[in-house]
Amino acid sequence: MKGFYLLLVGVAVIGGGVLWYGSQRTPAPAPSAPVAVAAADGFRGYTLGSDSAAIEITEYSDFECPFCASFATVQMPVIREQLIATGKVRWRYRDFPLPTHAYSRFAALAAQCAGEQGKFWEMHDQLFTNHQWAQTGKNPRGLFREFARGLGLDVDKYDACMDGQRYAGRVQASVQEGEARGVKGTPSFYVNGRPYQGRSASDDFKALVDSLTKKHK
Amino acid sequence: MIRRQAIVLLALVGLLVATYLWLYKIGVLGELQCGTGSCEYVQTSGYAQLLGLPVALYGVAGYATLLALGLAGLQRRFASDRRLSVLLAALATAGFGFTIYLTAIELFVLHAICRWCVASAVIMSATWVLSLADLRRAPATTP
Repeated sequence: MKGFYLLLVGVAVIGGGVLWYGSQRTPAPAPSAPVAVAAADGFRGYTLGSDSAAIEITEYSDFECPFCASFATVQMPVIREQLIATGKVRWRYRDFPLPTHAYSRFAALAAQCAGEQGKFWEMHDQLFTNHQWAQTGKNPRGLFREFARGLGLDVDKYDACMDGQRYAGRVQASVQEGEARGVKGTPSFYVNGRPYQGRSASDDFKALVDSLTKKHK
Repeated sequence: MIRRQAIVLLALVGLLVATYLWLYKIGVLGELQCGTGSCEYVQTSGYAQLLGLPVALYGVAGYATLLALGLAGLQRRFASDRRLSVLLAALATAGFGFTIYLTAIELFVLHAICRWCVASAVIMSATWVLSLADLRRAPATTP
């Protein structure tokens, strides 16, 4: 019996030691720390829909913003089905990570790095659909890697892209573009270059697009 | 007695696993060591919370209770106490049921597996089997 208690104490000490060691390790630096801004590469954002669509809607969005997540998961599927898939609208996504959000710039980089491998919109959907990461306040580095792996990305390439903050310049250029246009919050929309003041609801977008389409005819 | 010893050992390991997941959940640990699993995906999903508390905390409480009951059951005065076997079996059955629920969520809702959750599921399943065996061998009446 004495040997059994010694075994228990041994397991408890080793296990407790491992947990203590894990809690003492220096946490990874906040991935949204200021980044070096590379020269903008002329990139103007990922788009959905036909290049020949008469109407272009530009969205300035922040992956950590709850309103953006709500818009992406509730309104956007309807917009994709009714306006984008029908060729009426081309949708352009622009990053506008707000400085109050710890990881939104990091999330924007993750989406850009997925975009490098042709999976921007898939990563966009993952980031917004599984939005619990934005409420925990925890470093989402590992979670985003799991998203990348789940999407079938080459994770080594993804890691190299993230570690080198390869698209920090693109994200910053997008922020500057938004600021120059007067974007104050997210999500903000521009319809054919004009600020959209309506509600962020698919019905309102549809009504506007239908009225603009009539004018074009 | 050997079954109760095994239950105590399993409960201790389960307690360490649950504590690890709970410390991650409350931000004490930065990243989960998960290899190729999807630990963070599972742990940051809405299913990692229940009634406003992290699921891992229920694990900590459950394993700690199992550990305390198991240790008590090793004492001479409770060694042949049926009530303790009943308590162990009841708690282990509740834990096993909860484990089935969580594993189903991983497999059929999240489509992601957290290795640490699997480890906990294996520990709880083994504890359940041992607790039933302990109950079966317990005397019909309490001394």
